[in-house]
Amino acid sequence: MPGLATQLERYSVVIAIGGVPVRVNTADADFLDLLQNRYAGFVSEEGPSEFDFDVELTAPAFANPDVDVSVSQRSGRWFMQRGDFRAEWEPATRRGIIHQTANPYSIDAVLRIVHTLVLAKQGGFLLHSASAIRNGKAFLFAGVSGAGKTTISRLAPADATLLTDEISYVRKQNDGYVAFGTPFTGELAKLGENASAPVAALYLLAQGHENHIDPVTAADAGRELLANMLFFAEDQEMVHWAFQAACDFVHRVPVYRLTFMPDARVWEMIG
Amino acid sequence: MNMNKKMYVARSPRIAARMLGEEMLVMSGQGSTLFTLNPTATILWQAADGATPLDEIVERRICSEFEVQPEEAMRDAEALAEDLAKHGILVISEQPIAKPGLPVQEQPQP
Repeated sequence: MPGLATQLERYSVVIAIGGVPVRVNTADADFLDLLQNRYAGFVSEEGPSEFDFDVELTAPAFANPDVDVSVSQRSGRWFMQRGDFRAEWEPATRRGIIHQTANPYSIDAVLRIVHTLVLAKQGGFLLHSASAIRNGKAFLFAGVSGAGKTTISRLAPADATLLTDEISYVRKQNDGYVAFGTPFTGELAKLGENASAPVAALYLLAQGHENHIDPVTAADAGRELLANMLFFAEDQEMVHWAFQAACDFVHRVPVYRLTFMPDARVWEMIG
Repeated sequence: MNMNKKMYVARSPRIAARMLGEEMLVMSGQGSTLFTLNPTATILWQAADGATPLDEIVERRICSEFEVQPEEAMRDAEALAEDLAKHGILVISEQPIAKPGLPVQEQPQP
């Protein structure tokens, strides 16, 4: 005699970015494949997780990615919303749910938001910057779109390990900072290496007709760091944490202006 | 502000502030707006404990620093305090301000 109800099969994948494993559960095998391909190098099927998210796939008509992202906190629960997804996350229970269509961009946005919230409490942040490891040290190259993040990434020599060409993951550790590779890509459309190293310097990118490195004042460094930090929540506590994180960072890590032309020789000055 | 009354100023608890190099950066929790204070505003911010009247702050901290006449300095300081209050950076009152709250951190860490 058949059962009265059918047990829905669930699939799981653990996506570990910045050393924070997040388990994503879905009932859709095709979506699982999509996640495994999207986050290749950062996924495993087994292992412990710090947070679990269930993904409930919705009809395509729901999607409208042009609507701005909104992140708010009520009663210990974070609510994240954009035209193409709605998500909730409760840090205390370490569980969340994402309503989205079967696409990689929505969950990518949710992961960035969750990591931003997790990092903020710990003095870390996600940064609009390329980053790479050379000689055991990580270097960050920050700038808005068009500043040269993709260009400096393309010019990286063979002995450099590219962590990302778009979004750097920076975690505070002891008296310094560690940069981790991320799967968050820019124009290069190449996933970063799943590696990490202590941050040796932050370069604020500017394109010019020759290569040179110039000092910047602490205040300029702080202002530009804040301008390039990913920040979603209109939450007073989170704003304070982000501000303190930026100020702490520029006190501990050298920050320079790197003016460069699109020529691989710029990397002779780095590392 | 009535010239015969005292003005008290206090740092808003909604503001995070840090001295970076020579400049005081303050950030509002509402709207994530970042401000850079000029030297006079920095002195005013640092002295704004809610208990010291503005005229005492001007006399002790601003006149001595900038070699300016007290009357002129007081007029400028009142305008500055009101401007900072409009941005939510300072709280102003005709009475001492009890427990106005402190910014997350005012001085740089080593």
